[in-house]
Amino acid sequence: MTMSLSVKNKDTVRAFWAKLSPKAADIGADALCRMLVVYPQTKTYFSHWKDLSPGSAPVMMHGAVIMQGVTDAVAKIDNLTDGLDQLSQLHAFTLRVDPANFKVLSHNLMVVMANQFPKDFSPEVHVAMDKFLALVALALSEKYR
Amino acid sequence: MVAWSEQERSIIANLFSNLDYEDVGAKALTRCLIVYPWTQRYFGGFGNLYNAEAIKMNPNIAAHGVKILHGLDRALKNMDNIKETYAELSVLHSEKLHVDPDNFKLLSDVLTIVIAAKLGTDFTPEVQATFQKFLAVVVSALGKQYQ
Repeated sequence: MTMSLSVKNKDTVRAFWAKLSPKAADIGADALCRMLVVYPQTKTYFSHWKDLSPGSAPVMMHGAVIMQGVTDAVAKIDNLTDGLDQLSQLHAFTLRVDPANFKVLSHNLMVVMANQFPKDFSPEVHVAMDKFLALVALALSEKYR
Repeated sequence: MVAWSEQERSIIANLFSNLDYEDVGAKALTRCLIVYPWTQRYFGGFGNLYNAEAIKMNPNIAAHGVKILHGLDRALKNMDNIKETYAELSVLHSEKLHVDPDNFKLLSDVLTIVIAAKLGTDFTPEVQATFQKFLAVVVSALGKQYQ
């Protein structure tokens, strides 16, 4: 399901991202935390963490790291495949996260966006963000095989 | 049969007792048609769906969203028997409405997001997990009678 972003979609994503930027790390942590609680199978990727509970240090830190990656993707929205080349290599050869999980994380990111920005996360922002995150997932999967 | 803890039952009961069906139902279906436009294929007779604005203002869609949301009441009242409870509706969606069951998941995801927007800090990870489990059971039951 890879539908490319229109000019309007890109503007919408950039504008909404600018709005959420101050809370980016928070949002990332909340989304990651929700993913681990709502989809327990995702915990299998974090067996090396001592503490997977909401608010724990590893979850907070990693949530921020993930959001830095997505913020980077927003900046490279005009060419995600090239822009995310290194991250794709990381996910393909080192992390080897099953790509189905990108969709799971995307869903949780959007749940948090809706939860923290109820007035701003309109249907129009939702569809643009859904498309964008799907394309980020696709770019991250590029090097898998 | 799906197992529900006392806490899960309480979370679901609480969520639905405080639910504004008119608001959430309308918003959920509207959002689904905008975010996943191919779902509009099932609403040919509902009037103007030309763009997001038209969909948001369409009273038939709003009313139908409320109807769909009330459809969840059956599960609420029969949590230990959801599969059997939805057998008839499953046949309806398959034989009469010809809805691709993948769409149930799409609407379910959108509904989760609408509820997340509505409940603010009350939409804890635990509430989210329970609500998504509830919806997943209903979605599975609705797909059961397809052949």
